[in-house]
Amino acid sequence: MQNTETDAQDIQLDAPLAPKRTRLEEFWRLFRKNKLAIAGMVFFILFFFLAIAGFGLTRGDNPLLDPAMVRLQDKLRPPLAKPNLERLQANEIPRLGVYIFGTDDLGRDVFARMLQGSWVSLTVGFVAVGIAVLIGIFLGGIAGYYGNRHIRVGQLLAAAFFIVGALLLVGKLIWSGSALLIGGAGCIFISILMKKAAKAKTKSAGTRFWYFNTISIDTVVMRFVDIMLCFPSFFLILTVVALLPASIYNIMIVIGLTSWMGTTRFVRAEFLSLREQDFVAAARALGLSNFRIIFRHMVPNAVAPVLVSATIGIATAILTEAGLSFLGFGVPPPHATWGNILSDGQRFIFDAPWLTFVPGIAILIVVLSFNLFGEGLRDVLNPKLRERN
Amino acid sequence: MADNKALLSVEELKVYFRSEDEVARAVDGVSFDVGREETVCLVGESGCGKTVTALSVMGLVPIPPGEIAGGKILFRAKNLLDFNDSDMQKVRGNQIAMIFQEPLTSLNPVFTIGDQIGEAIQIHQTATQSEVVERSQQLLKDVGIADPAQRLRDYPHQLSGGQRQRVMIAMALACDPDLVIADEPTTALDVTVQAQILRLLDTIQKMRSMSVLYITHDLGVVSKIADRICVMYAGIIAEQGNKDAVLKTPKHPYTQALLASLPNREKRGQRLYSIPGTVPNPAYKPDGCPFHPRCQHTIQNCSEQYPGMCDYGDGHHARCPVLFEGGKGNWCD
Repeated sequence: MQNTETDAQDIQLDAPLAPKRTRLEEFWRLFRKNKLAIAGMVFFILFFFLAIAGFGLTRGDNPLLDPAMVRLQDKLRPPLAKPNLERLQANEIPRLGVYIFGTDDLGRDVFARMLQGSWVSLTVGFVAVGIAVLIGIFLGGIAGYYGNRHIRVGQLLAAAFFIVGALLLVGKLIWSGSALLIGGAGCIFISILMKKAAKAKTKSAGTRFWYFNTISIDTVVMRFVDIMLCFPSFFLILTVVALLPASIYNIMIVIGLTSWMGTTRFVRAEFLSLREQDFVAAARALGLSNFRIIFRHMVPNAVAPVLVSATIGIATAILTEAGLSFLGFGVPPPHATWGNILSDGQRFIFDAPWLTFVPGIAILIVVLSFNLFGEGLRDVLNPKLRERN
Repeated sequence: MADNKALLSVEELKVYFRSEDEVARAVDGVSFDVGREETVCLVGESGCGKTVTALSVMGLVPIPPGEIAGGKILFRAKNLLDFNDSDMQKVRGNQIAMIFQEPLTSLNPVFTIGDQIGEAIQIHQTATQSEVVERSQQLLKDVGIADPAQRLRDYPHQLSGGQRQRVMIAMALACDPDLVIADEPTTALDVTVQAQILRLLDTIQKMRSMSVLYITHDLGVVSKIADRICVMYAGIIAEQGNKDAVLKTPKHPYTQALLASLPNREKRGQRLYSIPGTVPNPAYKPDGCPFHPRCQHTIQNCSEQYPGMCDYGDGHHARCPVLFEGGKGNWCD
């Protein structure tokens, strides 16, 4: 079928060519069929704008909705309750005139606290996944593209010297640390000296040893991935967070640094097949550098699985952050997050169930919608899964 | 053989591929020249080393498992095999460009035609964005694509096979290379488009005074475009010479057999000739002449001594001493 089309087109060069449907239109046409994914995307967008609005409404010295305002007179009011105007000072009266989600045991407005928490969830989700995706693309790209190159004895020695030396320096062993760093520099120096000898036809035993292939780059990267996957990541995060000062930035970084392994595997797998494609050979024949080929030509072709795992990764990161906050290791109070609203509320679960249900359902909806959206993306972006519907 | 006038001269090139316990000698001592503004055709069956020869000129043989075991590739009298990676990147695309076999897969599916041609220009030259667009449009016009301004915004999947090959040619021409290596550029296209592309290559070559190294297994294409022909067999050059000399008076049994196996009008109704046997595995080539197990003229010495190049004058050489004075006493070279 394709051949007859091709024929017809070449005869009339000026006639309109293949259907003018861009990739985005094609994507949307397929995506629209999946109702659950559409619902996921709607909630995704809703959450996005709510979180931004929440950030705007709850920050500053005199915010429109104050998540930290304590009104002990109005504690544990149920959702949609009117504030007790006689007992409140003028500056304590909530601007909305109603407690949409009720108040907690200190009389703080749960709606305002939820809004403040949604911004935390959004940023933690996106920044942590951003870090994970960057690391994943970089390491996966290296492993996939340079995978079958080997690390030579000389390079291994230099790396070992540098790593151990740096560790000793961190451990305040200045003398031995510096000695090892100098040793590492020496290895590099020897390698530079040997460059000529390595090109010659007959090599001395020393040169052969120095250039002896040890392990492949693929092995190094992928075994490191395996090691990282061995740790139960939540406990790894708990340990790290216990050592670091509690702050939202540390949480983002730690979650990002412990969740890049899946992306690395996806990118490597994509790169292994992309590497053999003709357009990569064509790009090389045009004189493009390896760096440019990897990051400009191959990465855009490998984003589809990354996008899917990133969407689902955001849901996981939000859940992890909520879990950490629930355990009291997350963002320090009084800053509200969904996790610590939940954890504060559990003491009053029978007296004030809204304190647990509101954040709990919010987490459920957001995580579910991200997962549905991610799965919808995967079905559209992976042609092999399209047959199902 | 080193002719100073030649733009590219390959001398005794040997490219081996090592695996666990065997060495495949894909290219085993190949020498040929490409002069300025000349079209040289490398002809041979699949697996005879044509593409590996081309890739080693571009410095794109995967090492390992590949290995340049010997020889020189002189481009403008400089040995490309001595160049390091970054020097080679300046040569690729800029002075030597390559057109690949499969136009359908040689373009990056996620970028527009304009992006890809523009990149080819910007890699080697400094130009402003508007100059790049202008030059891209001119290139597309040169390769015969209608409405270039519109096509620059198209993605590869929106073009037909013939148009994609035209785009590939435009990219190869982007930096005015001195030498274009075309690796079976018309194999994936149907016959009408093939004729258009060949005509286009011919016009462009005259317009820009480039040299072309054209790799093909199609003798019909060769007879249309070649100035000189190199016939390869199992990693060696079996015969080389001017087009008419090689096609009309072939001096190597392999060339003769190839030409005999072409269908034509006179042979209508007859059974088509085919060369008995198959191409030897490059890891286990027969001793002596690699063609001797399939050759009609084999004599005792063929399986023992490697044949030399026999000179028929006017640049016409064939690696078969048997047909050259009957191989009696004289084993050529």
